[in-house]
Amino acid sequence: MQPEFDDVYDTSLVGSVSQFNAGAQVVAAGFLANKPVLALADGNILLIEPNQRVAAHPDGAILLAHIDDQRVVTGGDDGRVVVTRPDASTLEIGDEKGCWIDALTVRNDGAIAWSAGKHVRARDSKGAVKSHEAPTSVRGLGFLPKGYRLAMSHYNGVSLWFPNTIGAPDVLKWQGSHLDLTISPDGLFCVTSMQENALHGWRISDKKDMRMTGYPGKTRSFSFSHDGQWLATSGADACVVWPFQTKDGPMGKPPRECGVRPHKVSQVAFHPEAPVIAIGYEDGWILLCRLADGAELLVRAGLGEGQELSPRNRPSVSALAWDKGGHKLLFGLETGEAGILTLG
Amino acid sequence: MSEKIPVTVLTGYLGAGKTTLLNRILSEDHGHKFAVIVNEFGEIGIDNDLIVGADEEVFEMNNGCICCTVRGDLIRIIEGLMRRKGKFDAIIVETTGLADPAPVAQTFFVDQDVQDQARLDAVVTVADAKWLADRLRDAPEAKNQIAFADVIILNKMDLVTPEELREVEARIRAINPYAKLHKTSRCAVPLDAVLGRNAFDLDRILEIEPAFLEVDDHGHDHGHDHAHHDHGLKHYHDEEMQSFSFLIDGEVDPARFMPWINLIVQREGPSILRSKGILAFKGEDKRFVFQGVHMILDGDLQREWRSDEKRVSKIVFIGRNLKEDDLRSGFMACAAQPAS
Repeated sequence: MQPEFDDVYDTSLVGSVSQFNAGAQVVAAGFLANKPVLALADGNILLIEPNQRVAAHPDGAILLAHIDDQRVVTGGDDGRVVVTRPDASTLEIGDEKGCWIDALTVRNDGAIAWSAGKHVRARDSKGAVKSHEAPTSVRGLGFLPKGYRLAMSHYNGVSLWFPNTIGAPDVLKWQGSHLDLTISPDGLFCVTSMQENALHGWRISDKKDMRMTGYPGKTRSFSFSHDGQWLATSGADACVVWPFQTKDGPMGKPPRECGVRPHKVSQVAFHPEAPVIAIGYEDGWILLCRLADGAELLVRAGLGEGQELSPRNRPSVSALAWDKGGHKLLFGLETGEAGILTLG
Repeated sequence: MSEKIPVTVLTGYLGAGKTTLLNRILSEDHGHKFAVIVNEFGEIGIDNDLIVGADEEVFEMNNGCICCTVRGDLIRIIEGLMRRKGKFDAIIVETTGLADPAPVAQTFFVDQDVQDQARLDAVVTVADAKWLADRLRDAPEAKNQIAFADVIILNKMDLVTPEELREVEARIRAINPYAKLHKTSRCAVPLDAVLGRNAFDLDRILEIEPAFLEVDDHGHDHGHDHAHHDHGLKHYHDEEMQSFSFLIDGEVDPARFMPWINLIVQREGPSILRSKGILAFKGEDKRFVFQGVHMILDGDLQREWRSDEKRVSKIVFIGRNLKEDDLRSGFMACAAQPAS
């Protein structure tokens, strides 16, 4: 006899989840003007309240999306970068002539950056676009919090580029293929995920390296806590959380692990106000985990005992997002299943 | 049936007819929906709904293994194609004429995310019957592509004499006697000669005998008579690229063989393009089958030996400047001692 999940997890949250089907693979989730929104692989943006589909990429698939209070920014395999507003209006701000959009990031002031192959564009809040060619294809982008400066990950390192100045970018070197990129909220650290199932970090001020290894799979989702003290990461069969409390970052310190399960974590999202992490797994399960004591609450049960993951049966959680106050958690899966948790 | 999406890699020197073959595959009425990945300098005029431009970014894996190179762009493209799941059921990767097939192949063994979704079906090389012999002399890439191939389409046979065709065929066989060879004009081959080969599937590595005798595919769309020119194939020796096969007429001791093969691919991996083997392990009812690309090995116990099969052990290496004597003596030393 296998224990029922309610013997293992506190299921008090399952009843607070409303589930629905988005109709296509979910690429990203977020809250636009306080209302839940999903970006879908079929090229549509789904405004959930009220139910409305916006064909942001009518002939393409959405590869990447960023959703914040003001706008949804999407990059597609049609080579277009599109901004969708709360009134469902769309505006094309970039067209890379059919080249796929490989990376995308947005800054609080409305600046947007994207890349297609080696070509990187930064568009400031007034709409002026600057271009840069990286040494190899760019896989990750992130704005630094201070100054108009863009970090881009590529083969053998990260380049830090000031779009408004002439001059070669500063380079953070580390051999290997760097994928996604994140910048700590205080702007002190830059962290990339790598092809070799590891993270690499730099303290930007002195380019000191940090290696974070031991993952069985690639990290494709990371999330800093609201105070910047912790970095939650996917890629292992637990959410691996690195300490960033000191000026040395996680150097010499072991990470914490929470939400240990027999399947890999695919998405992580720190609560915007509390040390609680929403963790999504490749088998469709979602837990909330309290960092302090590792307590776990069940949000969604995915594949059960005896249901195996396969190429045709991968209900991987592909998007997780909290609203501004942390009262609602929106999630989406590769299968198109989606839901909203409302905390009382 | 594997649920993973099959990937066919199309290589061939410039002008050999890759695009012709690609268009033939795409235009035939086969009910498949392909995603086609072409290099960015590729020829235009490919008629398919889903075409992706690649930039052939080859990079080294950070694992201290210099021949372990992968195509970074391919990893990214396959991840992106999964956003269009259900819109295609097979992938064709066309490489540039100068490309080494190894990084493409290795991508499917090294990257876990790619491996979860897709599987390498076969490396198909298109060769120009008129110019291949010259290219084998002056272009190392052309030689690599022949050595690496599971299927070779020897194209433009209508432009050469039967003697010239025999000559180029012998040159190919000197490098790679194991690939399936199809002699064609305008790449007229049946689709199943190119697709659904399962060349990297351990369950399909049934025999590894040299494939000198092949079905000819020519004559589909032109009437002239080519006689039985498979006979009397000249035997060439290529100075640089060779294939060797070694046979133990009996069982192998896994405790000796496994460390030996691992050492060989670690040490000689950069020179070994492809390796394959079917082995009878002492005390094991099932056949051990392996195949490898440079330093990457994939092996498993497969089906049981049938009662009408002789328990013999055979391995094959295709590579550059291989040390035949070392390989032979090393393998022979793996033979199981007869029970006393």
